[in-house]
Amino acid sequence: MPAAESGKRSTATALSIRLVLLAAVSLTMMILDHRETAFLDRVRQVASVIVYPVQVGVDQPFSAWRRASESFASRAALLDENARLKSDLRDYDVRLQRMDTLEAENDRLRAMLDSSQRVAGRMLVAEILSVDPDPYRQRFTINRGVLNGVYVGQALLDADGVVGQIDIVDALTAQAVLISDSNHGLPVAINRTGLRSIALGTGETGLLNLPYLTNSADVQEGDLLVTSALGGVFPPGYPVGRVTVVQRRPGQSFAHVLASPSAGLDRGREVLLVMNADEVGLTAANSGPAEDAR
Amino acid sequence: MIARIQPFLLPLATFVVALALSIIPLGDRMAPFRPDWVPLVLIYWAIAKPQHFGLLAAFAMGIALDMLTGSLLGRHALALLPIVYLSLRLHLRIRVALVWQVTVTVVLMLVLYHFLLFWIDGVGQRAIPGPITWAPLLSSALLWPIVMFALGGFGRDNVKAT
Repeated sequence: MPAAESGKRSTATALSIRLVLLAAVSLTMMILDHRETAFLDRVRQVASVIVYPVQVGVDQPFSAWRRASESFASRAALLDENARLKSDLRDYDVRLQRMDTLEAENDRLRAMLDSSQRVAGRMLVAEILSVDPDPYRQRFTINRGVLNGVYVGQALLDADGVVGQIDIVDALTAQAVLISDSNHGLPVAINRTGLRSIALGTGETGLLNLPYLTNSADVQEGDLLVTSALGGVFPPGYPVGRVTVVQRRPGQSFAHVLASPSAGLDRGREVLLVMNADEVGLTAANSGPAEDAR
Repeated sequence: MIARIQPFLLPLATFVVALALSIIPLGDRMAPFRPDWVPLVLIYWAIAKPQHFGLLAAFAMGIALDMLTGSLLGRHALALLPIVYLSLRLHLRIRVALVWQVTVTVVLMLVLYHFLLFWIDGVGQRAIPGPITWAPLLSSALLWPIVMFALGGFGRDNVKAT
């Protein structure tokens, strides 16, 4: 039957044309996305509202389980926790008293040096959704988006240190890259000496790599790494991690230095978003005692 | 009205479930073995109802998956389009094939899917994790017969489980 045959062929051709068209659209979107076009960001924010119910639906059972286990905690455990929190609070209050005077003194000294002031950024608490986007990238989704004032590049902290930064902002959610992601680099300074370097993620949660420290660099195991704010993303002076391995290799110019992050990258439920990070002056960070030892 | 949309209810429900299963937390050990839920259901519906679910559904699901996983917008869409195209072109032949033959075909399509994702990652200069990337093929191959029969075995009743 020639008619049926040609009809079949024309549907096949139509199908191929649609394949090529849609593939071209996908390719164009990828290129635009790779170049971080503002137009595509708006498309993403609108489309994210459609997939938001899926994310919430997946997160709901997990967060309900957490809430349930909290509300069924025993009285004794709660009393214990209460006592511990009270004593913690007393500790911190005492430290804070000293902090106030130190801050005032710091401001005075900075005013004398004519350098910019540190801005204690406003913090926004965000909760990590129990969704698991990609096993090979150290990322997570938080329940705050552009409607809450989240922006790309915003720094994320938890109670112990730096967690990561915002990579993609949707309308109601945002995706963050952890400092341990293999595509993430973080400008750090060694707190003891002020020596600056870059901490690269390794793809493993508990490991940071500092490949740019020379064999002669003054670095020891146990050194605290803090943010140096050179990238302009993270506010200065927040703890990043502790150096765990220092191997000086005579044959090579750089030492093998590893660190473990101080933030609970794989256990936290809540993170803090630093607002107004763009006001954090870069000059505030450039006053380390030691210049580059390279 | 209800009768008009009724044939779409099950497919749409499976699409939503597939998206949810694609991001449900599995733990570090299991996460690399997460089955390719979205390609599996798309292939199934492209073969079972090629007049309703085809390239547009694949494109929409791909974009949704990109939104959920935070990858480049269009990455999964581009990888899904060719395999759904193949399913549409071959749907008459696949429908009458034996279950193991269908499974082999589906696995070959998933190889293409993962190769495309891999290739896009390479072009986009994203770090590539190594051979563990192919782990989902195993779990997907094991799951395909289950998905196929749970969704109705292409609506045919002469399927032999051999």
